[in-house]
Amino acid sequence: MSKANDVISPDSAAPEHDDHHDHHDHIPKGITRWLFTTNHKDIGTLYLWFAFIMFLVGGAMAMVIRAELFQPGLQIVEPDFFNQMTTVHGLIMVFGAVMPAFTGLANWLVPMMIGAPDMALPRMNNWSFWILPFAFLILLSSLFMEGGGPNFGWTFYAPLSTTYSGDSTALFVFSVHIMGISSIMGAINVIVTIFNMRAPGMTWMKMPLFVWTWLITAFLLIAVMPVLAGAVTMVLTDKFFGTSFFDAAGGGDPVMFQHIFWFFGHPEVYIMILPAFGIISHIVPTFSRKPLFGYASMVYATASIALLSFIVWAHHMFTTGMPLFAEMFFMFATMLISVPTGVKVFNWVATMWRGALTFEVPMLFALAFIVLFTIGGLSGLMLAITPVDFQYHDTYFVVAHFHYVLVTGAIFSIMAAVYYWLPKWTGKMFDITLAKWHFWCSLISVNVLFFPMHFVGLAGMPRRIPDYSLQFADFNQWISLGGFAFGLSQLIFLALLIKACRKQGEPVSDQVWEGAHGLEWEIPSPAPYHTFETPPVVK
Amino acid sequence: MATAQNNNSKLVIKLLAVVIGMFGFGFALVPLYDVFCDITGINGKTSNQAASYQSIEVDESREVTVEFITRTNTGMPWEFRAQTHRVKVHPGELNTVEFYVRNPLTKEVVAQAIPSVSPGQAALFLNKTECFCFNQQPLAGGDEASLPMQFYVDPQLPEDINYFTVQYTLYDVTARTNDLPQKENPFLTQQESSGK
Ligand code: HEM
Ligand SMILES: [Cu+2]
Repeated sequence: MSKANDVISPDSAAPEHDDHHDHHDHIPKGITRWLFTTNHKDIGTLYLWFAFIMFLVGGAMAMVIRAELFQPGLQIVEPDFFNQMTTVHGLIMVFGAVMPAFTGLANWLVPMMIGAPDMALPRMNNWSFWILPFAFLILLSSLFMEGGGPNFGWTFYAPLSTTYSGDSTALFVFSVHIMGISSIMGAINVIVTIFNMRAPGMTWMKMPLFVWTWLITAFLLIAVMPVLAGAVTMVLTDKFFGTSFFDAAGGGDPVMFQHIFWFFGHPEVYIMILPAFGIISHIVPTFSRKPLFGYASMVYATASIALLSFIVWAHHMFTTGMPLFAEMFFMFATMLISVPTGVKVFNWVATMWRGALTFEVPMLFALAFIVLFTIGGLSGLMLAITPVDFQYHDTYFVVAHFHYVLVTGAIFSIMAAVYYWLPKWTGKMFDITLAKWHFWCSLISVNVLFFPMHFVGLAGMPRRIPDYSLQFADFNQWISLGGFAFGLSQLIFLALLIKACRKQGEPVSDQVWEGAHGLEWEIPSPAPYHTFETPPVVK
Repeated sequence: MATAQNNNSKLVIKLLAVVIGMFGFGFALVPLYDVFCDITGINGKTSNQAASYQSIEVDESREVTVEFITRTNTGMPWEFRAQTHRVKVHPGELNTVEFYVRNPLTKEVVAQAIPSVSPGQAALFLNKTECFCFNQQPLAGGDEASLPMQFYVDPQLPEDINYFTVQYTLYDVTARTNDLPQKENPFLTQQESSGK
């Protein structure tokens, strides 16, 4: 049953694996450790650092956007470069920051939570990480090409990406293909690990919720990333090889692009939030010192959100002139999704009800998540109402909506997860003072940044435009100031992470947090390089 | 351990099949979309085949207004306008309208007109017995022409539609017709110079 042969890095001689306690002696040294590693913990660390670097790079682009929008008129950058910034910011945050961060957490946590020695396919795991940096090098380098990088928005609607785009579109397509292959490989690995490597006694309905939500996310990934690959391929052939998938003159239809894109795109937004639901479902019970309320309903709610996410895509297309019946169908289907989402929020609140609550940093982020994600869900519900979406569509209101669900949703959950499991990974408590500064600065600035966007959006400020009319000036100044503050706050997180990786801080116990339960809290802190080579028995 | 490996490969193969299937599905969406829209007419596309007109009963009691709008795609230099902007017709009766085109360039340009009906459902009930949009239209530099379109409205047109709009967009497809060199497409040349 032991998978020992698979998890040894190629550069280390096969060590004896009889004794559990001398495994950290065999950690390979130097750069080759990271290049050739097949260890799920190493790969998890690589993913997480990569995601964090991408978060800072994408964040720097957001700073350019906010600097330009600080005042009306064209101040700092050319409109075309502004468009490249919004496009690449979106692509990097979605495919470079949020998704790899979740994959990194899955790598670290899934084997530890189900009592497996490693991921099922360790060599493929190495590949799925190491092709990612190349994808983003290609994407970023396209910004320096003659004619500039992609400027058609992360949604790359045709004909913007076909007829009106620059030559660098080929690089964009290529990099999206690589990102897609990487996430598909990561998803396959997660599914195979969860299906085949659970410890004896770890039945489906005993699986921790992070594992459940990631399993469902992985199925979403293998279902829709290939559709994205198809969409970029069609854009490529339309642009360079004379096909007319999206060109009306040749019999195609540009609106069809939007159908194909959003058939991928809506499940994609759930790919970015389901693992977050899992994380919050671990943290809230720990710091409420109560088991999660409604475990089974959490599992079913996650599965129904995933299924429903395939039949709501056209809520992004209400203004394309669909027939009334379709508008109604997509409106009601979208509203239906808020039912299972509401079940989750209810369960988290019910878990806290009469719990012995304490407010350690992971819990602070989790609480902020619950409140702010719900605000994002409510603005989503407003957008789902077809007639009013005609007013809101393509305004800053939509920008406010998806930043509440993605920044204070997905990203806050990732930060919560890092604070929650970091002591287990390093064996030391992180710097709590810095962490609290990070939390409060982020919490305040993120709301100054995104809340006023609702108002300018309702008042009609369009998204993706480098200039705006004068009446929006005051609000935009606030938004930009909030943006700069939020950007700077993340440097506190950087400092904290560097300290943590240098193993500074108080040593922690194996359980780390008083109320924490699960297999990962039963192994030593820091988690040894190899864990669960003899599978634990789950009662 | 060998069996663990086996289990893994079996599952991986199944999952890869899903991945390949979904990649195919992405492309299958293209014909599916076309078929779906053909049947329901919801994207406002009319048939690009001539309809036949045989002894259809004219519904004198009903009057439907048909409006014509013309557009040229970005970079398409032709003049293009409807000679008749609006006609009132009885369902079942045959009508002809004319469109004026002029090619102001000094070289030949081939055009393709693409119709779009709004509201979309009306597209299924607009039957064209003759239309310039069925074929590509070449026009030598400086020439002008009058292009006819003959149609009747199907008496089955839903009661609640008594006004609909037909829009023609003219595209330059010179570059697509193989016998002409690519750079004659004025749009492409414009793209190249703006890229610099
Ligand atoms: C109650 C749940 C939700 C509802 C009802 C909802 C509804 C909507 C609607 C109707 C739109 C289109 C608005 C428009 O373009 O006019 C939209 C946009 C968007 N939503 Fe949501 N949403 C929900 C949750 C989420 C979640 C959980 C995420 C991601 C984690 C998300 C991410 C996005 C993004 C990224 C866009 C904008 C895409 C773009 O145009 O670039 N939404 N949402
Ligand atoms: Cu959506």
